[in-house]
Amino acid sequence: MGVLEGLGLGLETALTPANLLFCLIGVALGTAVGVLPGIGPTATIAMLLPITFGLEPVTSLIMLAGIYYGAQYGGSTTAVLINLPGESSAAVTAIDGHEMAKRGRAGPALATAALGSFFAGTVGTIALALFAAPISRAALEFGPAEYFSLVVLGLIASIALASGSTLKALAMIVLGLLLGTVGQDIYSGTPRFTFGQRELYGGLNFVSLAVGMFGVAEILRNLEGETKRTVTVAKVRNLWLTKEDVRRITAPVLRGTGLGTVLGVLPGAGHVLASFVSYSVEKRVSKHPQEFGRGAIEGVAGPESANNAAAQTSFVPLLTLGLPANSIMALLVGAFIIQGITPGPNVITDEPALVWGLIVSMWIGNLFLVLLNLPLIGLWVRMLSIPYGVLFPAIIAFASIGCYSLGLNAYHVYAVAFFGILGYFLIKLGCEPAPLLLGFVLGPLLEEYLRRALIISRGDPTVFLTRPISLVLLVLAAAAFVLAVLPAVRRKREDVFEDE
Amino acid sequence: MDWRGARKDLLAGATFVGFGLAFAITASTYEVGTALRMGPGYLPLVLGALLVLLGILIAVTGFVAGEGGGIGPVPWKAAGLLVVALVFFGSTVRGLGLVPSLLVTVFLSAMAGRRARVVPAVVTSASLTALSVLIFVIALQLRLPYFGPWLG
Repeated sequence: MGVLEGLGLGLETALTPANLLFCLIGVALGTAVGVLPGIGPTATIAMLLPITFGLEPVTSLIMLAGIYYGAQYGGSTTAVLINLPGESSAAVTAIDGHEMAKRGRAGPALATAALGSFFAGTVGTIALALFAAPISRAALEFGPAEYFSLVVLGLIASIALASGSTLKALAMIVLGLLLGTVGQDIYSGTPRFTFGQRELYGGLNFVSLAVGMFGVAEILRNLEGETKRTVTVAKVRNLWLTKEDVRRITAPVLRGTGLGTVLGVLPGAGHVLASFVSYSVEKRVSKHPQEFGRGAIEGVAGPESANNAAAQTSFVPLLTLGLPANSIMALLVGAFIIQGITPGPNVITDEPALVWGLIVSMWIGNLFLVLLNLPLIGLWVRMLSIPYGVLFPAIIAFASIGCYSLGLNAYHVYAVAFFGILGYFLIKLGCEPAPLLLGFVLGPLLEEYLRRALIISRGDPTVFLTRPISLVLLVLAAAAFVLAVLPAVRRKREDVFEDE
Repeated sequence: MDWRGARKDLLAGATFVGFGLAFAITASTYEVGTALRMGPGYLPLVLGALLVLLGILIAVTGFVAGEGGGIGPVPWKAAGLLVVALVFFGSTVRGLGLVPSLLVTVFLSAMAGRRARVVPAVVTSASLTALSVLIFVIALQLRLPYFGPWLG
């Protein structure tokens, strides 16, 4: 199926009333959780996963995806207006965006963010449409050996790109892989690490894990200190950009879009990295770098475009290879599985309406977001007055019901408590939970591919090195590992993340 | 070298060593097999050992660098209340039914707030329970009975 044919089918799918409605619900919810500090898209998607069971597969994915990229928009709104990035990728937007707001230019800052994001989202969606089919065709040739090497590459690359301690990220991945082995072994049927409890034979539930580590742990973080919400919301007077503004943001938007489109495909925090890199690029190429940090509109245009383009292209590995590149995509793998679809290169040929419908819906969703965000900005700002004392019990209530409704199994709710406490202490000890979730989702795949490859090769372990694609992937993984631990590169990487 | 300064990394290392050991020791009781014919215990054993190694490395590098800082305040009361709230829901939702179970769970979590008081927590609990019933049972048609057999 060609790209145009695919897009046609996608339009047909995405424009049904139900899908339009759920796209709107998704992006509106996404904007809301992006605006609200203390709850992010990961926890939201995890809590909503169980209840998407009753929806059509494409409808459920359209909504869940909408939450993800909608949160990118919402995060920048609070970053600009109250210097509080609701999302990690909006952290750089806050630097110059909030400065602009303090100078009475909140409107143009928000307009730049929304229009830049829309443009970048459109380009990102086109890139996704163009590359999805060729990549999945190539991936159809992959055997278990190639998949094993690809998963290894993905896991290593995700730590190479992360900020913070490489060793800790690596340990979190390994812990995630181990937690993923809980349950019955697929080959022998032996129950592993189940403490003899039948309820654990099916393994730990990744929804519980995500809700615990991203929802409950975050609540505890917020309850640590006095919740200082001195919300001094900057006034939004006028959204229009001047001619001068338009001239100044054009190049940064284009550069940011390009960077984001490429970096978004990378595993790990691709969209966060994209916004940081874009900011430092803009600062470097600017003719007046002294303005950065004091309300340079380029410092909003570039990173905002970059993170939104990246949010779109981070779907590439999921839709073409069936492999998640970050923790949100890991949850979407779960959404596919709940619907009885195994994500992989076959999906685009077996379920073309689903893949193309999702792609087109992302463009429509971006359009909704511009409409939702610019005229309705006051509504989102008002959401900030919801007291945290009401918000977090609501998260606990929704998490309990959502996780219990997965197979009406009380263990899924106990697991939320366990992973909430574990995740909280690990975060306190400087270990981010995202690599753990990625390891947890990829662990069973890694083991399956490893053992299947060895069975096919009759126990010959050189199969990973003699098959050329697998060899290339492993060499890349080794290179990424060296890069990750090389002190010089690490310092450089920290520069990028701390360049504020 | 400063033991106190590296407390964060030492604790992180110890946590990973603990998990690694627990997984590796348990895995060694399953059929391990060989690298060429892996049994169910093989991969967890290897990964467990790797985690122990990483944990030691984290602790050692933290100890040598002597930085990392303390772990800061921990909201013990909140952590305890949230755990009790979740465990209460899991263990009673079938017996008591959704409404009573959720009322208690939300009340307990609302009490975890720093300046929580009983009356606002009751109000929060009642309104959030009503909202949840509206969203999950009425709108999304989740099959959870309002009241369970224990109250019959």
